Amino acid sequence: MADKITMQVTRYRPEEESGVTVQEYEVPFTKDWVVLDGLNYIKDRLDGSLSYRWSCRMGVCGSCGMTVNGEPKLTCETFLSEYGAGPVRVEPLRNFPVIRDLVVEIGDFMRKLVAVKPWIIRDQEKPLSEGEYLQTPDELDEYRQYSMCINCMLCYSACPIYGLEPGFIGPAAIALAQRYNLDSRDQGSDERLDVLSEHDGIWGCTFVGECTEVCPKHVDPAGAIQRYKLTAALENLKSFVIPKSAR
Amino acid sequence: MSERTAYSEYHPRWLRRRPSTYWWLERRAYLAFITRELSSIFIAWFVVYLLLLVRAVSQGDASYHQFLVWSRHPVVLVLNVVTLLFVVFHAVTWFNLAPKAMVVHLGRKRLPAALISASNYGAWVVVTAFVLWLML
Repeated sequence: MADKITMQVTRYRPEEESGVTVQEYEVPFTKDWVVLDGLNYIKDRLDGSLSYRWSCRMGVCGSCGMTVNGEPKLTCETFLSEYGAGPVRVEPLRNFPVIRDLVVEIGDFMRKLVAVKPWIIRDQEKPLSEGEYLQTPDELDEYRQYSMCINCMLCYSACPIYGLEPGFIGPAAIALAQRYNLDSRDQGSDERLDVLSEHDGIWGCTFVGECTEVCPKHVDPAGAIQRYKLTAALENLKSFVIPKSAR
Repeated sequence: MSERTAYSEYHPRWLRRRPSTYWWLERRAYLAFITRELSSIFIAWFVVYLLLLVRAVSQGDASYHQFLVWSRHPVVLVLNVVTLLFVVFHAVTWFNLAPKAMVVHLGRKRLPAALISASNYGAWVVVTAFVLWLML
């Protein structure tokens, strides 16, 4: 096993250049190092000017998503050894504007996330004296998978629709809307329907399916979207055949 | 949906990269997706062909016979074989998607995805067998 591996890191320094450049660094190659360890080594020992996001180092915070050898990955759980002798190419997440080096601008996703109201909505909150909103394990299982989303945006990076049509609300936002729609304690699905069923909502998805493939938490956003398409279509049908008062 | 981002002097030069023209060659799933999109033209042809068949049948024996002769023309034959392959491709995509879109509960138990897929494929086989029985 070689003791060094080459990392090719995309740099974008708007104050110095108008486009991107690729910079090569040699980092120690050990079996237990992930791509993020390599980047931290570069930052600490070789080039302090390199910018990237990271926080927890354990696949929970969703900050360190980058494109590694062309694939959207969480760099904290992608081992350098997966790439053999290298080189390992690290680029910013695709489909997002780049602020600097490997740091992308995530405001668009944040606005879309809020638009689907990813929180429990009640018609009327019951008084505290009545206790908690109870839920059975079966009811929990209905949405548990979608609640695993860590907002890492790898799915947006893998989605060609989002790349071509940036208005598309995107996989994670829809999966998180479903996380609350399917929660037995929630009563807000009608409020989410308008945003989700508009042109840039679920109908923008043409089932490429890569969002599910790259999801590090096995949320299956593609599944969430297809499931919601059926729900929205039925709601639409209901609105035609059932009078509003009877719904 | 997307708000325009307000630019300030502190972030005036975000780098926006458009996807490459050949993005659909980058992954197998992208290629499958674009093939499905383009092949919808063939699916439309299938519908037109079916309508032509119905029209020919409604106009009597001679017209139906003429339609059959026309259908045997190599160009029409090749076109229909290619169309059939694309229709099968769409059908398989649809059947694999079905368990994602449909979550069926039996009492408190959720039916496994494989069962929903299998029932779709099963129905396909039954309908195909029925159509073959009618034809042969």
